[in-house]
Amino acid sequence: MPSEPLRLCAVSRDYGSVKILQNINLEIHTGEFLVIVGPSGCGKTTLLNLLSGFDTPSSGSVERNGIVRTVYQSDGLFPWLTAGENIELGLRDLPEQERKAARRELLALIRMEDFEDHYPYQLSGGMNQRVELARALAGKSDILLLDEPFSSLDYQTRLRMRRELVRLLHERPRTVVFVTHDIEEAAQLADRVVVLTNRPSTIQKEYIVDTPRPRELTHPDVVRVTERILHDLGLEGDSSDAQVLNVQ
Amino acid sequence: MFNDSPTGRLFTRQSALKVLLPLLVFGGFMGIWFAVGNLRGTNGSLLVPNYVLPRPGEVWDCFGEEWNSGRLLRDVVASLYCVSVAFLLAAGTGIPFGLFLGQYLNARLAFQPMVNFFRCLSPIAWIPFAISWFGIGSGGEIFLIFMASFFPLVLSTLSAVSTVPAVRFRVANDYDIRGWDRLIRVTLPAILPQVIMSLRVTAGIAWVVVVAAEMAGVQHGLGFGIDDARDALRLDIVVCYMVVIGFLGVGIDRLLAQLTRLPNVRWGYDR
Repeated sequence: MPSEPLRLCAVSRDYGSVKILQNINLEIHTGEFLVIVGPSGCGKTTLLNLLSGFDTPSSGSVERNGIVRTVYQSDGLFPWLTAGENIELGLRDLPEQERKAARRELLALIRMEDFEDHYPYQLSGGMNQRVELARALAGKSDILLLDEPFSSLDYQTRLRMRRELVRLLHERPRTVVFVTHDIEEAAQLADRVVVLTNRPSTIQKEYIVDTPRPRELTHPDVVRVTERILHDLGLEGDSSDAQVLNVQ
Repeated sequence: MFNDSPTGRLFTRQSALKVLLPLLVFGGFMGIWFAVGNLRGTNGSLLVPNYVLPRPGEVWDCFGEEWNSGRLLRDVVASLYCVSVAFLLAAGTGIPFGLFLGQYLNARLAFQPMVNFFRCLSPIAWIPFAISWFGIGSGGEIFLIFMASFFPLVLSTLSAVSTVPAVRFRVANDYDIRGWDRLIRVTLPAILPQVIMSLRVTAGIAWVVVVAAEMAGVQHGLGFGIDDARDALRLDIVVCYMVVIGFLGVGIDRLLAQLTRLPNVRWGYDR
């Protein structure tokens, strides 16, 4: 049986005396869309950095099988390269003569053929994130890590980008780990939602959402999962059993 | 195209003001100069003699005189030559050195205080060494301009590298851009807008220094021209050279400003 694309075994990470993550065990299956939510500052990004190999755990092990690409919250594109050139970064393992065609194909995929020669500062925030998605999906990548990719966009663009992401993944399936603080977003996109606790973070709960995508934001399953996660985080329901959050 | 739209009108008005306002200031300046130069006392004699302040007309005549003798052109060429060679040398070594220091923390820790020390030395202080090491001629002058521009360029490149957002290097890492490749394809383009700005500032310093450098130990250049005219008590020639120096300085800056139009650095200025 082939090994899982990502596996965390008893992973902890601390910076000096600050314990960020504690004893995280997590397996991510091929083609799965996993969303990680949690209170702000709980170590979601640290977890993503461990998965990408940018950071190493203080104890425990991280297993990674496949090529990992990350989409960042903002500024992920190189501003000195055009949209087309940025996408071509993702095609570096392809032979030179195939790159042009692959690049055009990706631009067509995100419906931005007319913006090939535009620089990121000439494009809207949503367009930038689409280009970055195309770059991450380019070539032979297997695993997509998304670090709050839509959180710097306005609300309506964010909703449109969720649909766009679902469509792109339908065209080019990948194993996805998506970090967000937006609970609706988690419920609308995920096959599985992992809810982290406050620092030091452990996995508090997991939800499987098997409703097919694309899902409407107002779909009963989405609303139900949203409610339950809000409750887990102490943001909804009876305040007596809600956990107290750190308010900065 | 859309000149009758409100924004169109606004733009034409703006660009007209952009030409008119400086002309107004220039005209006022010339007017005062002219008036002061022609103030006469009750007995009809000039209050401000031309060895204190030469009159605009006299300066104008000097242009013809200096141009026809070929001196002005010779001095302009000599100064531009020295400043170009020295500035290219300083940029060609200072920017790579700054990049190197920006890339390696230990190198930065080791060199930065020394670089800072030398930056604080006025290049004029090096004049005795310029003469004793390079003799009378362009060599010493090039050395002085180099000393004036190398250290600021190193420091500004270094600080530009340290302000590159970390996400750039993470993306580079994600797409397997490492080592030398990363330096050329990520670090350098990331700092280019700032480097161009510091090239402009440093070229200004270099141009100021060239005049000072030519006042000691050389027999050519605009600085020498001023020194020579002063010895002959010809302040009208001094002003004539000052005008040339000022315009050439602005010209050099405009020339370097063209670099900011490159499509792959516009992001650094348009945000």
